[in-house]
Amino acid sequence: MARTKNIVLERRAVVARILAGRGDALVVTGLGSTTWDTAAAGDTTKNLYLWGGMGAAAMCGLGLALAQPGRRVLVVTGDGEMLMGLGSLASIAVQKPANLAVCVIDNERYGETGMQRTATSFGVDLPGMARAAGFAETAMVRTEKQLAAIAPRLFAAAGPLFVAIKVTANPVPMVLPPRDGPWILRRFRHDLLGPRAAD
Amino acid sequence: MPSATSARRYTVAGKRAAAKISPPPAWADAIFDVLKEADIEQVGYVPDAGHTRLIDLCLADNAIRAILLTTEEEGVALLLGAWAGGQRGCLLMQSSGVGNCINMLSLAQECRYPFLMLVTMRGDWGEFNPWQVPMGQSTQTALESAGVIVQNVDDAKDVAETVHAAAALAFGSYRPVAVLIGQRIIGFKDWRKK
Ligand SMILES: Cc1ncc(C[n+]2csc(CCOP(=O)(O)OP(=O)(O)O)c2C)c(N)n1
Ligand SMILES: [Mg+2]
Repeated sequence: MARTKNIVLERRAVVARILAGRGDALVVTGLGSTTWDTAAAGDTTKNLYLWGGMGAAAMCGLGLALAQPGRRVLVVTGDGEMLMGLGSLASIAVQKPANLAVCVIDNERYGETGMQRTATSFGVDLPGMARAAGFAETAMVRTEKQLAAIAPRLFAAAGPLFVAIKVTANPVPMVLPPRDGPWILRRFRHDLLGPRAAD
Repeated sequence: MPSATSARRYTVAGKRAAAKISPPPAWADAIFDVLKEADIEQVGYVPDAGHTRLIDLCLADNAIRAILLTTEEEGVALLLGAWAGGQRGCLLMQSSGVGNCINMLSLAQECRYPFLMLVTMRGDWGEFNPWQVPMGQSTQTALESAGVIVQNVDDAKDVAETVHAAAALAFGSYRPVAVLIGQRIIGFKDWRKK
């Protein structure tokens, strides 16, 4: 089908590889598969998992990055989730958070709902949109080599960064993180803020 | 009969000068004081004429980050991130923007974070534009069905106290609270100006 050719990277390996270099970075995930991918790489209190609010991930990352300018913030989300929140590319570009990176795991599909095609499978260029909005650095990643080059930059380069990584639509095992919203949020805040979390 | 002084207001120069200076409504300044007192550090907004003064005050303040949004729902996610990172925020919008927020408000209900919305009403009191009426008339019901506590204010002298109490409720109980600032306070839109 019209799916982009030469997709070789596997999503679980990609996310694990990126997160291996996260240090103490804070991670926000988009609903569905990227939440499972991030959990599969290892559950930690520094992960803010979203299980809903399609289109929320990038803006949630912005609010967090502005509140914590001394920390790196990485948003890991799906192409479908990002497409629903495209306006956030403009909102983020206006604020220019140097500590924020958005990483889209682009399988060109709405994976969670049955692998229907997304706009990226027709050639819609998410990094191009982010670049046009004014992101400091953008990249489209298709190979191991490109992934190796960009992975450390997600946690070090002056942001905002936007990276889309083309991955296969091969099935992966389900790995579920905690799903109770108040608990996810409160444990994240407690880890980050200490006693102030109870304010 | 208009006096000589009042007649002068209708000269072209006078009209232009008057258009430039939007007289600051005291209630907007009072809201700003409440936001400062509540330690609000992120203010997301999609402009509404009724919020002009408050937006300007937020933009001019060094301790507040005023964050321009492309759609109001972005603000629901923004303030989840802000709260996760230890900052308090609030969201400014017109009543029509409430309709843009509905699904995203599930975050506020499910994650239980303090979420303060200040909504300037249209389609409410003396509305001239019929297209504003559908959303204006369903603003309160829509918010309540999305799990948001709604508090109304229809008199300028009650605005500061209402916003103060709403902020106390939102941040004290970790819940979404919206203040609907009635069109009666904001005043008629003067369609002759254009
Ligand atoms: C507002 C809204 N519309 C539709 C859905 C249904 N839905 C849940 S996950 C999803 C697909 C997400 O696709 P993507 O972000 O690309 O993630 P993938 O699973 O492909 O990695 C959809 C459409 C939803 N949850 N919310
Ligand atoms: Mg996808």
